[in-house]
Amino acid sequence: MPAKPKIGFYWCASCGGCEEAVVDFAEDILGVVEAVDIVFWPCAMDFKKADVEAMPDQSILATLVNGAIRSSEQEEMAHLLRRKSQYLIAYGACAHLGGIPGLANQFSREHLLRFVFEEAPSVVNPNKVRPALDAEVKGHHLTLPELRHVVRTLDQVVAVDFYIPGCPPTPKITQAALKALLGGNLPPRGTVLAPDIALCEQCPRKATKPADLSFAEFRRTHVTHSDPEECFLAQGIVCMGPATRGGCEAACTCGNMPCTGCFGPTSRVRDQGAKILSSLCANLAPKQGKEIAEVLAGIPDPVGTFYRYGLPKSLLRRRVDLPAGNGNGKES
Amino acid sequence: MNPAAASVWNEAQARAGAAAQAQRRRVTIDPITRLEGHGKIDIFLNDQGDVEHAYLQIPELRGFEVFSIGRPAEDMPQITSRICGVCPTAHHMAATKALDDLYQVEPPPAARKIRELVYNAFMLEDHALHVYLLGGPDFIVGPDAPKEQRNVVGVVQKVGLETGKRVISMRRRVRELIAYFGGKVIHPVLGLPGGVSKGLKPEDLPRFKELGKDAVEFALFTLQVFKDIVLRNPEYVNLIKSESFTHRTYYLGLVDAQNRVNFYDGQLRVVNSTGKEYAKFPAQRYREFIAEHVEPWSYIKFCYLKPLGWHGFEEFPQSSVYAVAPLARLNVADGMATPYAQKAYEEFFQTLGGKPVHHTLANHWARVIEMIYAAERIVELLNDHEITSTNLREIPQAKPKTGIGVVEAPRGTLFHHFETDERGLITMANLIVATQNNAARIAMSVDKAAKGLIKKGKVDEGLLNRVEMAFRAYDPCFGCATHALPGHVPLCVNIYDRNRSLVRQLRQGC
Repeated sequence: MPAKPKIGFYWCASCGGCEEAVVDFAEDILGVVEAVDIVFWPCAMDFKKADVEAMPDQSILATLVNGAIRSSEQEEMAHLLRRKSQYLIAYGACAHLGGIPGLANQFSREHLLRFVFEEAPSVVNPNKVRPALDAEVKGHHLTLPELRHVVRTLDQVVAVDFYIPGCPPTPKITQAALKALLGGNLPPRGTVLAPDIALCEQCPRKATKPADLSFAEFRRTHVTHSDPEECFLAQGIVCMGPATRGGCEAACTCGNMPCTGCFGPTSRVRDQGAKILSSLCANLAPKQGKEIAEVLAGIPDPVGTFYRYGLPKSLLRRRVDLPAGNGNGKES
Repeated sequence: MNPAAASVWNEAQARAGAAAQAQRRRVTIDPITRLEGHGKIDIFLNDQGDVEHAYLQIPELRGFEVFSIGRPAEDMPQITSRICGVCPTAHHMAATKALDDLYQVEPPPAARKIRELVYNAFMLEDHALHVYLLGGPDFIVGPDAPKEQRNVVGVVQKVGLETGKRVISMRRRVRELIAYFGGKVIHPVLGLPGGVSKGLKPEDLPRFKELGKDAVEFALFTLQVFKDIVLRNPEYVNLIKSESFTHRTYYLGLVDAQNRVNFYDGQLRVVNSTGKEYAKFPAQRYREFIAEHVEPWSYIKFCYLKPLGWHGFEEFPQSSVYAVAPLARLNVADGMATPYAQKAYEEFFQTLGGKPVHHTLANHWARVIEMIYAAERIVELLNDHEITSTNLREIPQAKPKTGIGVVEAPRGTLFHHFETDERGLITMANLIVATQNNAARIAMSVDKAAKGLIKKGKVDEGLLNRVEMAFRAYDPCFGCATHALPGHVPLCVNIYDRNRSLVRQLRQGC
């Protein structure tokens, strides 16, 4: 009997939602377990880095990595798994685009530490103690790792063969990707393994999307009684649908909330935020500066709205004065 | 040797010795520094080879509070859910309730009931995950079973494949209910200030009622499994009651108007280690009662009762440490709001010797009792004639400033506190999450387990598992606790002798 193909799962900076998405295969997970040999999956199985190091290079068919890259350890694991795997797959929005934790690229590490350990309203810390890389406590020497400055996508660290998008990916697109992988039926490297169509194509509200959009105002969700069947954009509510890849089957609009863009752009779009921004702005009803500003006041947080999952992957990437390179301030 | 030569010689020796020691230290620390995002325990031994102190360190921090600044408040339920993909619904709901407070708006009855329905469904499936997959193996398979068997496969062998399938299918169906309202189950989208985005269509009600009925049966079945396997085994009961797994602390949890357990709403109640009420307050007053202490050796902050001041990792009577999560919730309440859960609650305290129960491992049993309550509450809410109402939103009118929301997450009390400008853009976000409330007591549990197991330099092979059992009972989520990720607990234990050199390293999942 030929050996079953080897598959690995690994997490970097992630929330565990991608792992839950795999658990959400529910009864179908038994089929996956039969078809492949899961060689490591740290959240579900005992696993040591040394075990992976001992494997021959390229001996794993595919490793699915979720989470963004935030630390030296994650960077090292990404390189190791790249070497051991024929295919390295970025699984989920954080590995693919940076994800919501990527919004941290707008803020400095010092800002973060100062707030959490000194300024937060429930903290009592008159001596301004901070977690130290080296601490001496009752004669005991204790160490902590350093926090990094910026969040990076997996492909900003190592070459990535395929991407499975979403926050989190659905069981359906994950199973389709695994099937393509096991059947050797794969598209060119670099492909995002999800439908290459805008979300609007899958949205049950598609028929109500106007051919010519015109925005006299943008309405925020909390002050709007939205119609549960009409296109959000037609209602003046920002929806990332036109700039976002389908594949989730419009889960959020079926929950009567607009798309926030977690599947990232289609292959025809380089920068998801710039794409939706230019299309919304091109369709503003007013054409004069002051009136335009009034309409745009309805989108008070453009970065968080247009780049909610994709800041590290975007053309903007990070606040300009944050250290670049490997992100720990020590250029390599 | 003349004194001058001796002095040079000794100095050189000391330098070489220090260099060698530093070298040894560096060799041992290197692998540790690669363990970012994982739990790490450093254990220090004294001259006799007994434990001086064990430290559980959490080596990562993310900073959701800071990158929330400038975001529209109404986006917070979806942004903060990304703190944890295992308990996204807890963060989503705490943030949504903080928005109600921010805009001083009351959701219509149906919206409130839908939130509570979704929330109890979430508590049920999350507790089921812990009972059968994460913490359960310690008891269902057994604390001394080989490690290879202490997992879900071992559980299925013990309880049977049919039961295993029943667990998987029940979790899937309950999660489908959450996705029905939330759009998706992982990172749902239903929460808005003053309501929810989607209601329940009357034609979908029958299948959810069927699910509710099955859920109650499933929860009662789970209690029977727990009784048959754990409570009928005197060794297990003794383990639960043993001093190594016992701490006398304060307890905190949400209660309803009759002081019964409630996950979604109510007042916060604190009882002391004799079970007497110490305080009762609404979430908006949390800063008067709860404070966070910073230690230089961990990124996690340690909560304590503010009026008492920080007294270190101490038990009653010199203590300001409190615990949260299932055991704490049962300890602070006078009872459960549904009949089967109430019956199980009474049996719990009768068996364990009255209130409060200080045995950490009793959390497993308390969790099963909470599953029964959650399932019964789902049935009650689905039988409520208002549940299919289409009046789901109250549009905010007030000018926003400060909003504080609280829920009981599976792992304990969860606070979200936002401040905004006039446009409702976040200027300050403060989050106190379940595991942080428990952090001091968890640290004490790890220290106590280590002290009980390591004697005269002999490291018991069962150490790692027993230490893990001590903190796994809390079902801790260090991802949540540091607002960092991953939200799992791979663990590395380092043991240092009196010279502070590493004598033993035990690892799991890292």
